[in-house]
Amino acid sequence: MIDLEFVINTLSLGSLYALLALGLVLVYGILKLVNFAYGEYLTIAGYAIFLSATALSFPWWATMLVAVIAAMSVSFLTEFAAFRPVRSKSMDAMLVTSFAVSIFLQNLVLIVISPRAKAVPFPAFFSDTVTVGGATVPVRNLLVIGTTLVVLTVLSIVMKKTVLGMAMRAAAGKFETTRLMGVPANTVIAAAFIISGFLAGTAGIFWVGRSASVDPITGSAPLLIAFIATVIGGMHSPVGAVVGGYVYGLLFNVLSITLPASMISYRDAFMFAIVVLFLLFRPEGIVRHGYIEERVG
Amino acid sequence: METMLRVTDIHAAYGAVRALHGVSLEVAEGEVVALLGVNGAGKSTTLRAITGLMKPTQGSITFRGEDITGRKPESIVKRGLSLVPEGREIFSTLTVEENLRLGAYVSYSRETYREDLEEMFELFPILKERFTQAGGLLSGGEQQMLAIARALMARPKLLMLDEPSLGLSPAITDHVFELIAQLRERGLTILLVEQNAERALEVVDKAYLLSNGVVEASGTAAEVKAQVDLASIYLGGEDSDGTGVGM
Repeated sequence: MIDLEFVINTLSLGSLYALLALGLVLVYGILKLVNFAYGEYLTIAGYAIFLSATALSFPWWATMLVAVIAAMSVSFLTEFAAFRPVRSKSMDAMLVTSFAVSIFLQNLVLIVISPRAKAVPFPAFFSDTVTVGGATVPVRNLLVIGTTLVVLTVLSIVMKKTVLGMAMRAAAGKFETTRLMGVPANTVIAAAFIISGFLAGTAGIFWVGRSASVDPITGSAPLLIAFIATVIGGMHSPVGAVVGGYVYGLLFNVLSITLPASMISYRDAFMFAIVVLFLLFRPEGIVRHGYIEERVG
Repeated sequence: METMLRVTDIHAAYGAVRALHGVSLEVAEGEVVALLGVNGAGKSTTLRAITGLMKPTQGSITFRGEDITGRKPESIVKRGLSLVPEGREIFSTLTVEENLRLGAYVSYSRETYREDLEEMFELFPILKERFTQAGGLLSGGEQQMLAIARALMARPKLLMLDEPSLGLSPAITDHVFELIAQLRERGLTILLVEQNAERALEVVDKAYLLSNGVVEASGTAAEVKAQVDLASIYLGGEDSDGTGVGM
């Protein structure tokens, strides 16, 4: 049962979920805001591929570049235009704003493009299969694993080695004190949204790539997945999000192969049951928060 | 001596709760000034207003001749005003090195950064030993040293310390006060907030005593000592001067 195909497919699903969850947690870490508009950044990425491929006839690699840039830009713009003005207000105002942004973006593509699903062109090799050590897997699944590996490596270098990364890590724990160092609040928050958008855009390529179509509510499912993965892994650290993503992928695939055929349609119900168990018995997630604040002495 | 910081009649409130009812104070260049008072007297609120973390509802704050009232904290730090916050507020998941690097956010240049680090190692040898450790793993005293070093890395013209002895053992408290004296020798201008009035008055030129959001007494250290019953303030100091229980 645990063969190479299973391992690769689990890693690939886990990688996708890890990217999704990480993008959500980066903003949560700094603003303590669950950004419900996050899924829409994936939708935007999907439409960006669709438009740049059909209307502009871009080559496949350019459409993907456009997708990532579009998701980053929209993420930044929502921060700038919607979240920044209400930031000094209550947390509730922020949360409601994120719902509003989500609905606004969904309706924007619905009106401007179409309420119907659009076919998104992907290069043929994306869905080709290859045989690796006896296992037959889609190229797409190998690509998502490789991409995630590169993205996570680069991101952790940025967070560890650059001053902006340090400031973002500092702000996630102590936002006011970070400002007292002279780090502008807007810079840190904008950076978090841009990186979040980058992750949504990257994940969006692979998410949309699975069905090769996009519609106005494409982002709902990945938002939910990202949210569940962070509940499982831990909301308080990027590591938790990544761990949660992979654990979610593993649980999902294990359920897929162990549940009898008659029950496979209840897979989501089982996933939610697992989430409830986590909330009951380990609400802080697998990865607990970093260090104790201080020792007395 | 030229006035470096001038706070004129500031009022501030947390929602409906008014915390400051017209506080005025002055710190001249090279001076070490204490802001004394019991818990809830408005000391920390005054510092929050000066650093820009809180907007005063009334009154003005000027720093080196420039009006900084209601400006953002990040732009105030840039002008040379650094705070060592109450409770130290170390970035616990960041290393000592990273804490210091962020401290130097506004002052950073390749040449000065190394020099400043060396200077901090001289002042606080423990930080050199702990350089690559996470800030959260340091002891309370070490964290206080790190908090002060982090603020100094910004090359401030005025250093403000909010209850630096709070929760520290008597030996480490001594060390902190020695350090303040040492920084004063170097010509740094300091505004020190303390509950431990007696200790504070030993190291400062001038003091203001806050009570219920207003300045109740002010003058040279000797004058303030003569004017007020230190024991009444000192009682507040006793609580927090012990082992750090209840922090």
